[in-house]
Amino acid sequence: MTATALPQPNFFQAKKGIASWIFTLDHKRIGLLYLFSIGTFFIVAAGLGVLMRLELLNPGRDLMDPQTYNQVFTLHGVIMIFLFIIPSIPAVFGNFALPLLLGTDDVAFPKLNLLSWWLYIIGAFFALGSLVYGEGGADTGWTFYAPYSVKTGTNVTPTVLAAFILGFSSILTGLNFIVTIHRLRTPGMGFNQMPLFVWSLYATAWIQLLATPIIGITLLMIVAERVFGIGLFDPSIGGDPILYQHLFWIYSHPAVYIMALPAMGIVSEIIPTFAQRTIFGYKAIAYSSMAIAFVGYFVWGHHMFTSGMSGPAGFIFSILTFFVAIPTAIKVFNWVATLYKGSINIQVPLLFALAFIFNFMIGGFTGLVLGSLAADVHVHDTYFVVGHFHYVMFGGAVFAFFGALHYWFPKIWGKMYHKATANVAFVLLFVGFNVTYFPMLILGLQGMPRRYYDYLPEFHGLNMVSTFGSWIMASGLIIMIVNLFISWKNGAKAPDNPWNGITLEWQTSSPPPLHNFDKMPELPEGGPYNYPDAISHQEKN
Amino acid sequence: MDHFVLPNSGHNFDAKSSKMGMWLFLYTELLLFGGLFLVYMLYRYANQDAFLLASFELNVWMGTINTLVLLTSSMTIAMSITALQKGNNKLAINLAWATIFAALVFLVIKYFEWGAKFDHGYFPGMDHYNELPHGERLYFYLYFFMTGLHGLHVIVGGIFIAVVIKRIKSGRVNKNRISLLENSGLYWHLVDLIWIYLFPLFYLIH
Repeated sequence: MTATALPQPNFFQAKKGIASWIFTLDHKRIGLLYLFSIGTFFIVAAGLGVLMRLELLNPGRDLMDPQTYNQVFTLHGVIMIFLFIIPSIPAVFGNFALPLLLGTDDVAFPKLNLLSWWLYIIGAFFALGSLVYGEGGADTGWTFYAPYSVKTGTNVTPTVLAAFILGFSSILTGLNFIVTIHRLRTPGMGFNQMPLFVWSLYATAWIQLLATPIIGITLLMIVAERVFGIGLFDPSIGGDPILYQHLFWIYSHPAVYIMALPAMGIVSEIIPTFAQRTIFGYKAIAYSSMAIAFVGYFVWGHHMFTSGMSGPAGFIFSILTFFVAIPTAIKVFNWVATLYKGSINIQVPLLFALAFIFNFMIGGFTGLVLGSLAADVHVHDTYFVVGHFHYVMFGGAVFAFFGALHYWFPKIWGKMYHKATANVAFVLLFVGFNVTYFPMLILGLQGMPRRYYDYLPEFHGLNMVSTFGSWIMASGLIIMIVNLFISWKNGAKAPDNPWNGITLEWQTSSPPPLHNFDKMPELPEGGPYNYPDAISHQEKN
Repeated sequence: MDHFVLPNSGHNFDAKSSKMGMWLFLYTELLLFGGLFLVYMLYRYANQDAFLLASFELNVWMGTINTLVLLTSSMTIAMSITALQKGNNKLAINLAWATIFAALVFLVIKYFEWGAKFDHGYFPGMDHYNELPHGERLYFYLYFFMTGLHGLHVIVGGIFIAVVIKRIKSGRVNKNRISLLENSGLYWHLVDLIWIYLFPLFYLIH
């Protein structure tokens, strides 16, 4: 920044008052609105998760009756999937960082962006509103499988409508990002000079756009079935419940990649920055995101191996599922290769990224067990599945979310978090996570079914271990959140570029001014991760 | 306070962006209906006789007139865009009004069609409907769901065009900033296109 330039107020100071926040068109503020709303729901749903683990501490009834347990796990799932993890990284960090990474001042449609947040809030009210009247919240699980979802007396309709509205919010965010990436890149930045987080958002946005409408219409059919009793999905009046499962998973399997791809993008940002080294295989990582998005459309049937499917169909879905592992493995090898001979700066964001790789690999390999026809029949609907998807979702996507939160924390607030405390929180989270979920994989192989409030006495030991793990994890979470809040208020001032990053967001001040850049951002020569120090270092060797 | 403005600002007017956004939105609309077309296909395959029997209850003449009305309206909105491109605002507004008029005609005819079905008790949940065999129930359910959702799109499209008319009058949409009118036209063609598929699926397959 030149000395002659007027000092611009940062985006916190530029406008005041609550209306300047909830009706803001600024992508950074909208990102923070998402952060606080999504964060609130995450804490609620994590609390429900801890309660479920508490119920499962001992066999028999400890805390809640079976019906309450069913409603609790449904609410945990609905909040975590639709209100937290699908919007999490794209809506929070996509909104905050995408225009900065592209060197522009906002997304292509700022008003549409605000509308997405409002739709999110309306959807959240529907989801929570279902709890307070009549028979209480839905008890179907987050998958709303027919015919139970069309027969139960609980408030499935508002919950389903919530998912419908949240779907639209997600579609509009995706649409906005695709146009932004196509039209608003800084001059000189071609598609192959974009940061890899942008590539992953691009792939994610296409999935959001092309998969979400299917779940929208399917959920409307569930509502119609409940109101009119037509016999679409209810076999007792001639419907086809398998059709519902197909329609549901046509969206909900690609949705898994809506959750995972942006997390992979975050890892691809963090690793080169803290290794101070060019990313290994830029194009391979970028295009493998698109490959995952593409192949991810054609694998939904692997959720239905046991619910009735012809042999050839099962075989094809199984093969295609294995294909997804290839681009995923490409990414993992490239991340690890990037670290090789880098000048590694061990900071909390890097620790979260490494934890992502560790957890996601366990999640990925257990996914292959589930994707193979013969093995799936044995572990279907057991705790093995619960362990698997928590390794992918929590250990993968959420750890990347925490990593991103620490990575961009100094950029968002201009303060540095307390590093020692953040390390403690990380260790507790990582250890607690594995102590909670690894026993579930073993329990599943031993045959413990999922979604019951009770279990046979022989599963007692590992369930106790798992519940202890949930306490370690919860304490890590509390320490992390408290640390970030205290650092936000009283943290030491952070420099504009604390990690020596070279993507464009580090060229502006922290927090950025309302218009992001006070001068034209300069693209690094030779690609987004071309660290000059690292090059000279390599030449010396 | 003056500040540095990037050349690639998100707050600039960019006709290409808004058109690209519209196309992407149309993809989502196609997929929304695509789910319904899929369900229609599967249940038609499973209940061929019942679907055939039920389809005789529809009035092919009314459907045909509505098809012609919508095709004409697609032409008028396309002409409206050309008129505005040539700088003839008045003609563009009149042609856009003609499109809205066609939308209203479509909805009135649809009202009478639906009204007749209601009188005979074919709406899901009515007594006569509940006595029908399962296949015919599915047919009428899909008929009301799909034409109803389409009708909703006709209403939204009409409102969209009305907003554009207001903006042409106030000068915010003009020869040089035509993308909003073009977008309303794209949306209207989509509404037309979906009907072009609904019409044979429900009325004509015998």
